[in-house]
Amino acid sequence: MVGPDFSERLANLLSADGGRLAEAWVERVSTSLRNRMSTVELDRELRELYDALVEALRRGAGGVHDENFSEVRALLTEISRNRARQGFTPGETAVSVFALKEVLEPGLTSGSSADIGAYLRLSRLLDEFGLFTMEAYSQTREEIISAQAEQLLELSTPVVKIWDGVIAVPLVGTLDSARTQVVMEKLLQALVDTGSEQAIIDITGVPAVDTQVAQHLLKTIVAARLMGAECTVSGIRPQIAQTIVALGIEFGDIVTKASLADALRHALGRTGASVVAKAGERR
Amino acid sequence: MSERVPVLRIGDVLLVSIQMDLEDQTVMDLQEDLAERIVATGARGVVIDITAVEIVDSFVGRMLATTASISRMLDAETVVVGMRPAVAITLVELGLSLGGVRTALDLEKGLAILRRRSGLPDADPA
Amino acid sequence: MTGTLVPEGGTTRQPIERNDDVVRVRHLVRALALQCRLSLVDQTKLVTAASELARNTLVYGGGGSVSAGLVTRGGRTGVAASFEDSGPGIPDIDLALTDGWTSGGGLGLGLSGARRLVDEFHLETEVGRGTTVSVVKWAR
Repeated sequence: MVGPDFSERLANLLSADGGRLAEAWVERVSTSLRNRMSTVELDRELRELYDALVEALRRGAGGVHDENFSEVRALLTEISRNRARQGFTPGETAVSVFALKEVLEPGLTSGSSADIGAYLRLSRLLDEFGLFTMEAYSQTREEIISAQAEQLLELSTPVVKIWDGVIAVPLVGTLDSARTQVVMEKLLQALVDTGSEQAIIDITGVPAVDTQVAQHLLKTIVAARLMGAECTVSGIRPQIAQTIVALGIEFGDIVTKASLADALRHALGRTGASVVAKAGERR
Repeated sequence: MSERVPVLRIGDVLLVSIQMDLEDQTVMDLQEDLAERIVATGARGVVIDITAVEIVDSFVGRMLATTASISRMLDAETVVVGMRPAVAITLVELGLSLGGVRTALDLEKGLAILRRRSGLPDADPA
Repeated sequence: MTGTLVPEGGTTRQPIERNDDVVRVRHLVRALALQCRLSLVDQTKLVTAASELARNTLVYGGGGSVSAGLVTRGGRTGVAASFEDSGPGIPDIDLALTDGWTSGGGLGLGLSGARRLVDEFHLETEVGRGTTVSVVKWAR
């Protein structure tokens, strides 16, 4: 780790010609990012980081996790997060840190051996900061991925109001436990939001269900009942009916209908409306 | 001394709107108050509004079920209204299905159920 | 279910000696659930479980305390709560965890119900010594 005297020396080294060094750094990073970021923004970002680094060293900061480096770490985290969001690669992100080493190199030819020692220490420090950047970067990426997965889940499960007091959720594709749970929570919330007392869960597009999914369906229907609403399940395929019976899951007094149309007719009947075909009359 | 939940009377319906975090003693008091008020007022219906209630545990759940049974014995119907989705899911997971308790999405629908029960006209008399 | 729980931040300890302490336990656990960003449904499940367990501690354990805080394991964050009493203990754990069984005139859903509402449930009891129930709910 960097000792206090080295910190002091490093701080001097960096601040002696600070303006020029920082400028060279910005330029190098800008080139490596192939001008995909505005120079003004990059300049602001890196100079802030540079100043924080010098300031931390002046206060005698040691290793990466030194309290004095907290400002530097915060700035680096922010930079890494922004890069990840803007779609830069991990390499391009880390280069921002490593480029500082290259910028300092030329100054060493005239430096004392103590300066070189200090440079080596700084180099190690910057390596660690580079790794820190990578961690922050990958963490952000993970957050982005999980947020996208969630959005996809939202998109794939619409709850629609199909009549006054009737909502429906058409389920398509394989249901896993997590997705079923999300859908069911949305369905119950939609009951409240639309003031609907009837809900139709259409599973025509669902090829198979397992015990857990069937249980979630069942629990949702009971929960809806607790809230004062009624659910109808429509479009149960023969295989699914067989599975449910084979699994010994009691569907009890839950209303099931062959098709969504039948379910709608039933639901409308429960709300007090009825569908009557009138010959020769079109609306 | 714990707080008491107010019991309001509107016509022949008693309305209880729970707006606080329920202590067990408050729950017990409410159960007693309701039974007394049903008899005293000759109410035909009770609406318990739990729209603002963030959790219903087995203690509160039991009170709701017991109150429904007691009021039925006193010739009044109880409707629990406004249960939040998260509360309903939790109750199901907890294993409480509140059998015998009538429920409705909101106050209006709850009152409509009571009107239908007592054979009164659907609209309020002007 | 493997790996050790790493506490994150501090642990808060509260007594469960009076009726209104149960309400305070709910507040404590809700605050932690919010901090941990549990979904609304998971918050509700956890707070309900805490309410059941706190009441158990008070009614069957003759009072005790709760310690709760945030924990991490393998990159996940969760809320952990531990309910401790030095009451009579539970002679038959399997029976106590059965739906509908009760020794105190309730519905008998306290322990078994609370177990279904959380992700991890651990019960330690010794007759004559007391009972500790520890639960964890992970953020999804």
